[in-house]
Amino acid sequence: MSVGMTVIEVNGLTKRYGDRTVVDGVSFTVAEGEIFGILGENGAGKTTTVECISGLRTPDTGSISVFGLDSRTDREQLRRLIGVQLQESQLQDRLRVGEAMQLYASFYPDPADWRELLAAVGLSEQVRMPYAKLSGGQKQRLSIALALIGNPRLAILDELTTGLDPRARRETWKLIRQIRDRGVTVLLVTHFMDEAERLCDRLAVLDGGRIVALDTPAALIANVGDVDGYRANLEDAFLALTGSGRDN
Amino acid sequence: MSSLTRLAGSEARLFVREPMSVFFALAFPAVLVVVMGNAIPAFSEPSADFGGELPINLYLPIVLALAVGTVTMTSLLTVLSQYRERGVLKRLATTPVKPSALIGAQLVVNIGALLAGSALMMVAAAVAFGSRGPENWPALLVAFLLGSAAMIGVALFIAAVTPNSRASAGIGSLVYFPMLFFAGVWTPGDMMPEGAQRVADFTPLGAASQALQAAWYGDWPQPLHLAVTAGYAVVTGFLAIRLFRWQ
Repeated sequence: MSVGMTVIEVNGLTKRYGDRTVVDGVSFTVAEGEIFGILGENGAGKTTTVECISGLRTPDTGSISVFGLDSRTDREQLRRLIGVQLQESQLQDRLRVGEAMQLYASFYPDPADWRELLAAVGLSEQVRMPYAKLSGGQKQRLSIALALIGNPRLAILDELTTGLDPRARRETWKLIRQIRDRGVTVLLVTHFMDEAERLCDRLAVLDGGRIVALDTPAALIANVGDVDGYRANLEDAFLALTGSGRDN
Repeated sequence: MSSLTRLAGSEARLFVREPMSVFFALAFPAVLVVVMGNAIPAFSEPSADFGGELPINLYLPIVLALAVGTVTMTSLLTVLSQYRERGVLKRLATTPVKPSALIGAQLVVNIGALLAGSALMMVAAAVAFGSRGPENWPALLVAFLLGSAAMIGVALFIAAVTPNSRASAGIGSLVYFPMLFFAGVWTPGDMMPEGAQRVADFTPLGAASQALQAAWYGDWPQPLHLAVTAGYAVVTGFLAIRLFRWQ
């Protein structure tokens, strides 16, 4: 892995909904060409964090800089450089796969070849299929392809492989590594331990809106040592790091 | 080609793939007039009560108002709240194109369908009953545009303040049917009771219907009706822009 310039710099990010603090003083940096994971349970603040980075939400306090641009004030420039795959974001039922790809390609100054991209996510056969007829896994793969259609320099992927079967998950991981090998930085949100361990160069473990650990998966595991006579895995490390100070 | 043009083209394609919306926007006004005129024989006989006019002709401007109400309160409102609920607008917000462009595209498509459906209705009435068209075209266009703007504003406002597409569909029909009443669908011309008429003057579709009827018979609409429709368009449009949530 060649680590280059800093792509994302998050400093003291805090976001409240009403009197509930969802993200509480989060800071981290992501280097160019990295696959950086944000790992946490449901409600840990993962999605809110990346939605602030994507410019979809405005932080209450703290600053976020992406490619040196301010995520609040330079949103328009940022949207040309970032590809975002959102959790639970659908398309129009009757929109066909090929039409969606061509439409979204037309939004960007220098789009990827949409047919190649469809082939890469294994949807070449479905070009004429309407969105409503796709399976859950196919919808997910289309969503990934749409996030990459603008040839982004940063891909933000939220719950990338939810709803995919084991084979499709591994195909998707391969695709993410290929994208990274082309120089794209990847920010990944996940609650799957195997995905975080296999795919990510570094991980931020989020718990109750705070970062409780930030390291490589191997270092996170090594810190735990053995558990009940077995070598710890990432899940052991995760459980050891999170859950303290929880209300329930 | 701008992204609005592309989106409008894409939305138009999706619109024609939806048989129900095509029927209600394009064919419904014409079908309604032809069926009413044929089902009730007296409708297509010259009547002394209406100065020798065919009673069906009284209905034509009212059907225009009905078309405006149907497209805005069903097709437009449903699609907008679904697009928000399903995250279509949010996804667009991550691209260089603004989600408001998709709402603009929906307006273009729905207004286009409304104009086509209205034109089809007038042609059908002319062919089936030899009905003459409106006598004051400029006034009719003004009344039609203001009435459409008022109802589009109401649709955007409902989409803005309802939490999900079920709620907006419910409120949409709660608004739709009384609007049809005030537009005179069941009590055309002077048949609406005086008290109801006073209320109708201040409803968006009631005022639009009055304005359309005046223009149809060669007059200019009353300033009150033009002011009421323009007022609804401005106020609901402004509130919708302020209150609309994109996700």
